[in-house]
Amino acid sequence: MTDRRTFLRMAIMGTAGLLVAGCDKISQSSWGPKVLGKAQGLNRRVQALLSPSSAMAKEYTEADISPTFHPNGTTMPDTPEYQALMANNFRDYKLKVTGLVTKPGEFSIDDLKKLDNRTQITRHDCVEGWSAIGKWQGTQLSALLDHVGVDPKARFVVFHCLDNMDVDTPYYESVDIEEARHPQTILAFDLNDKPLPVSNGAPLRLRVGRQLGYKQAKYLGSIELVDSFGKIGSGNGGYWEDQGYEWYAGI
Amino acid sequence: MTTETVTENVMGTNTPVIASPHPVKSKRLVYRHSLPIRLMHWINVISLSLMFFSGLQIFNAHPSLSWGNYNNPDKPLLALDAREDANGNLTGITRIGKHEFNTTGVLGVSKGPDGTPTARGFPSWLTVPGPGWLSMGRQWHFFFAWIFVLNGICYIGYSLVRKHVQRDLWPTRADWRGIGKSIADHVRFKHPHGEEALRYNILQRLAYLIVIFVFGIGIVLMGLAMSPRMDAVLSPMVEFVGGRQAARTIHFIIAWAFVAFVLIHVFEVLISGAFNQLRGMITGYYKVDVDPVKVAAPEPVAVIEETSHD
Repeated sequence: MTDRRTFLRMAIMGTAGLLVAGCDKISQSSWGPKVLGKAQGLNRRVQALLSPSSAMAKEYTEADISPTFHPNGTTMPDTPEYQALMANNFRDYKLKVTGLVTKPGEFSIDDLKKLDNRTQITRHDCVEGWSAIGKWQGTQLSALLDHVGVDPKARFVVFHCLDNMDVDTPYYESVDIEEARHPQTILAFDLNDKPLPVSNGAPLRLRVGRQLGYKQAKYLGSIELVDSFGKIGSGNGGYWEDQGYEWYAGI
Repeated sequence: MTTETVTENVMGTNTPVIASPHPVKSKRLVYRHSLPIRLMHWINVISLSLMFFSGLQIFNAHPSLSWGNYNNPDKPLLALDAREDANGNLTGITRIGKHEFNTTGVLGVSKGPDGTPTARGFPSWLTVPGPGWLSMGRQWHFFFAWIFVLNGICYIGYSLVRKHVQRDLWPTRADWRGIGKSIADHVRFKHPHGEEALRYNILQRLAYLIVIFVFGIGIVLMGLAMSPRMDAVLSPMVEFVGGRQAARTIHFIIAWAFVAFVLIHVFEVLISGAFNQLRGMITGYYKVDVDPVKVAAPEPVAVIEETSHD
C-alpha cells in the first residue's frame, strides 16, 4: 500500500514537474511567447468590439474611496531633476509637450487647471491583481491636445517620466490617440482632495480609466506625440511592455 | 466463453441498444463517445490544466483575496504571506480569515529556482511558468482562455444540437426519484457494469450540468469582470457579485472547485474500470457486460424496451 502510494505521489509530482518544465522551455523559446502572444491581439480587438471606445469606466461615490491607495513601482524618484523640483515643492514644475503638434509648449499645473479641471472617482486595477479607488482631480488630456493642436500624422501619445527604473532606464508609457481622447483620460494633480503625494506620482500623473495600473504613468516629465514608438526605449511602447507585458492593458 | 459484439450507442443519439443473444459472461463494445466529444474533452483537459497552473502564477503576484471593489490588506479572506525573523529565516503563513497556519515549504514560502526558501504564494511546481514571471503567466493564461472559451462554445452548441444535454445530462423524473439510491451507491463505490453503465446517473448528470453551466460560464464571466476595459460595460455585473476583488475571489474559488471536480472525476474513472473508461474517451468504444437477466429474456425486442434511453 505504501509503495503504491509513494508511486502515485511520485507519478503525480513527476507529471506536474514535466509539464511545468516543458512550459518553462516554451516560455524561454523564441517562438513560444510569439504564439501565446497572439491571444493578446485578439483580446484587444474583441474587447474593442464588446466594449466600444466610447464606453465609460464606472465612476464611484465618495463612500467607495479606499482607505489607502497603495503606491507601487517607484515611490521616491532619485533623479537630480526630480529631487530639485521636489525641494521647491514643485513650484517650478512644467509639463513639456513635444513631437507632432502645432504648438509645442510647457505647462505649469496652474496652466493645466485653466485648460480643464475635473474630478472623477475611479478604480485603479493593478496587473498584480489588487485594486484601489481614488478621487482624482485633473485636466482632460484631450483639452491639452486641442490646445497644442495635434498633427494628423500622430498616432500615439508617449508619456516620459521623471523616475528611473533599474537605476538608469526612464519609465515611459504610451496610449493611442483614441484612448488619449477618451473623456476619462486625465492628467491628475490631486488625489482625494490633496495634491498628489510623491509616492503616488507628484506632481502630475496619467489616469486612463479603462486600463491596468502600469499605464497610469507617474511623475510625468513630458508628453510626446509620435507616429510610432518603435524607436523609444526597446520599442514596445512602455517600460513594462519592454519587460514583456502587453501594450494593450485592458485585461 | 466470452464474446464481444459492437454496437452503436453514441451519447446524444437514440440508437437502440441491442443486447447480445450469447450466453453468460458475454461483453459487448459500445460506441459511446463521438469523435467531436472526445476531441473537445481532451482539448478541455489541456486548456483547463494550463489555465489553472498559469492562474496560480498570476495569483502569486498578489497572493491575497478580498471582498468588495478594493483589497483591504488588513482583512484578507485568504492570504499566503511570508514572514521574516531577525535571523532572516522565512516562514510561510497561510491566513484564512482570522486563522493562521504555518505552511512553510508549500504556501507562502517555498524553494526558489536556486533551492533556497523564497517568498511566493504557490510553489514553483504548481505554477506556469515555474519561476515568478507574471507577464509570461498572463500570456499562457489568455492563450488557453481563448481555447477554453471557443472549445466550450463548440461543446455547448454541439451538445444542444445533438441533444446530448437534453438526453444524457438533463435529469429525468426517474433520475430524481433514484437520487437516494444513487448517493448510497456512490458512497459505497458501487458502479453498474451492465447496460446501466451506459447512461449517466443522477449525480453524474448534476455534476456535469453544474460544472459546464455554473463553473464554466461563471469562471469566464468572473475573469472578464477583472478586465478594466470590459468593466466599462460589465460594471452592473461586477457590482452585483460584490466588486472586482469579489469577482477575483469567486474566480479563484471556481478554479479550485474545478480541481475538486477533476479529482472526483478521475477517482471515479479509476474505480469504475480505468482502462475501459480511458478507451471510451480515446477510441469512443466502451465495454459493458451483457446483463444476465436480459440474456435470459426470450425475445430481444423486450430487451430493447427495457434498456432504451429516454
